[in-house]
Amino acid sequence: MKILVCITHVPDTTSKIAFTDNSTKFDQTGVQYIIGPYDDYALARAVELKEATGGSISVLNVGEAETEPTLRKALAIGADDAIRVNAFPTDAFFVSKQIAKVAEEGGYDLILMGRESIDFNGGQVHGMVGELLGMPSMSPVMTLDIEGNTAKLTREIEGGKEFMEVKLPAVLGCQEPIAEWKIPNMRGIMSARTKPLSVVEPTGDAPATTVDNFELPPAKKGVTMVDAENMDELVNLLKNEAKVI
Amino acid sequence: MSALAFVELDEGKVKKSSLEAVTYANAVAGDATAIVFGSMDDGQADLIGSAGASKVLHVTDEKLASPNIMAYASAIAEAMNGGYDQLILAKSSLGDPVSARVAIKTNAALAANVSEPLSGDVAKTSIYTGKAFANTKLNGNRKVISIKKNAVEIKTDGGSASVEAFSPTINNGDFKAKVTSTEKATGDVLLPEADIVVSGGRGLKGPENWGMIEELAKTLGAATACSKPVSDMDWRPHHEHVGQTGIKVSPTLYIAVGISGAIQHLAGVNSSKYIVVINKDLEAPFFKAADYGVVGDAFEVVPKLTEAIKAQQG
Ligand SMILES: Cc1cc2nc3c(=O)[nH]c(=O)nc-3n(C[C@H](O)[C@H](O)[C@H](O)COP(=O)(O)OP(=O)(O)OC[C@H]3O[C@@H](n4cnc5c(N)ncnc54)[C@H](O)[C@@H]3O)c2cc1C
Repeated sequence: MKILVCITHVPDTTSKIAFTDNSTKFDQTGVQYIIGPYDDYALARAVELKEATGGSISVLNVGEAETEPTLRKALAIGADDAIRVNAFPTDAFFVSKQIAKVAEEGGYDLILMGRESIDFNGGQVHGMVGELLGMPSMSPVMTLDIEGNTAKLTREIEGGKEFMEVKLPAVLGCQEPIAEWKIPNMRGIMSARTKPLSVVEPTGDAPATTVDNFELPPAKKGVTMVDAENMDELVNLLKNEAKVI
Repeated sequence: MSALAFVELDEGKVKKSSLEAVTYANAVAGDATAIVFGSMDDGQADLIGSAGASKVLHVTDEKLASPNIMAYASAIAEAMNGGYDQLILAKSSLGDPVSARVAIKTNAALAANVSEPLSGDVAKTSIYTGKAFANTKLNGNRKVISIKKNAVEIKTDGGSASVEAFSPTINNGDFKAKVTSTEKATGDVLLPEADIVVSGGRGLKGPENWGMIEELAKTLGAATACSKPVSDMDWRPHHEHVGQTGIKVSPTLYIAVGISGAIQHLAGVNSSKYIVVINKDLEAPFFKAADYGVVGDAFEVVPKLTEAIKAQQG
C-alpha cells in the first residue's frame, strides 16, 4: 500500500504567540517548530500499517526551506521519502491544491493528515483534498484498520463515535487514540539523513483567503478569589455579576 | 446577497449551534434560507423562523436521512447554485468536512472558526487554538463561513418560515463511505452545544469520583468534560477531552475542577466567557486564566457548590 502523510510545521504547543510588523507577521523569536501533533498521530499510524502490511510512506509538507528539519524528523520516525512543495502555505485552499497535485501524480491508496493544524486550526484541508480528487474524506478519525480495499475506521462525533467503512483511496484527518506518538530512535535519525527529500515547485493557484492582520485576545481582568467555605458567594457572583447561571 | 444556513438535527430537534448559524446568515444577508435533512419534530420550522430564516429547504429523500458527508456536500452545493452566494454553518463533526467540500464544489472562499459577525468581506477567525485571531479576507463572490459557538446571540423575534421540499440529485459516487453503526450517549447535553461545561482533571483521582461532577453538571444543565490524562487513562470517554488535542469549547461558563491549567488544556477552553477554577493548590497556573477561583479540596467544595446552586434555584 502506498501511503501519503501530509504534515504541518507548526510552533510547539507551549509557544508564546506574538506578532510583528504591525500585527501582520507571526513572531518567530524563540519559537520551536514541531510536526503538528495531529499529523504526528497520522504518521505513527502509517508506520504501524506499513509494519503490518508492507508498502511505502511518503511524507509531504507545503513550506519553505526552513521546514526541512521537520520533514527529516518524519523520515526518522519511519517515512521512506519526503516531498516539499516549495511555497509558503498561504491558506487551506492553496495547500489543498498542492497536496492534490502531488497525490494525483503519486497514485496513493491512502492520504493521511491531522484533523487540523495547530496554527490555523481550520480543519479544512482533508475535505478539500478529498473533493479535489473525488475521494471520500473523513475526520476526525480515531481508529483505522485496512482490509483489502476498505478502510474500517471510527470517527468521533458529538457525544460518541461512528463506525465506518470507506472505499480506498481516501483522505483521512486523524486524531488520538489512532496510535501513540513515535519518538525517532538513533537508527532512524541516521537513516533519515540519506533518505530522499525532493523539492517540487507549486501550482499557480491563488489563495482563496488572505489575512489582513492578527489580534491577541483581550487580557483577562484577573481572578476574584472566593473562600471555599462560602459557596453562596460564588453562586451570587455567577448569578448577579457574571449573569451566567 | 443571499445566505443559506445548514441546519443540523439531533434526534429530530434543531441543534442550538445551527440556530446560531441561521441568525448569523440573517445578520450578513438580511434574510436566510435554511437547509435541513431528515425528519424534523413538530415546531422545529418555527424555531428556525424565529432565529431569522424565512424559508426552509427540507430534504426528505430516504438516502439522505442520516448524515453523509459527501452526499450532503453535493446537496448543499446544488442548493447554493439555486441562488445563494453564502453558506453559513456551525462548526461540528459534520459541518467541518461538509463545508470544505462545498467550498471546492462552489468555488467559494472558506473561513472556519469565525467568532464574530462579518465585517464586509473580513471574518475574524480564531487561530493558534484560541490564543489569537486573524482578520481573514475572503476573496471572490462566494463565501462559506463556519462559526464557533457564541459567535452571535440567537434571534428569537424572527418571522415564520415556509417549508419547501428540496430533492437534490443523488450521485452514486457519494456513497463510497458508509456508517455501519453509531455509539452515542443519549439524553446528555452535548459538549460543543453546552452553555455551561463542568470539567474534571487528574485531581479527581479516579473515575469512581465523577458522580459529584455529574451532579453539579445536572444541576446546572451543563455538559461534562475532562483533561487529556483523564481520557488517556479511560476514566472518561475521549469525546469529553478538551484542549489542544481535544475538543475546543467556547461556553459562557467553564468550571474546572482538579485541573492544573497546562497551556495545552487552556488552549481548548480559553474562549469561554467566564472560567471558574477549583483547585487545592493556590499555585495552579489555571488561576491566572480564571475569573473566579476557589482554593480547596474538590471533594468538599463541589458538593457544597451544588447544594448552594440548588438552594438558589429553590
Ligand atoms: C502536544 C501536547 C498536547 C496536549 N493536549 C492536551 C489537551 O488537549 N488537553 C489537556 O487537558 N491536556 C493536554 N496536554 C497535557 C497537558 O500538558 C497536561 O499534562 C494536562 O492538561 C494535565 O491534566 P490535569 O490538569 O488533569 O492533571 P495535573 O496536571 O496532574 O493536575 C491535577 C490538578 O489537580 C489538583 N488537585 C489534586 N487533588 C485535588 C483535590 N483533592 N482538590 C482539588 N484539586 C486537586 C492539583 O493541584 C493539580 O493542579 C497536552 C500535552 C502535550 C505535550
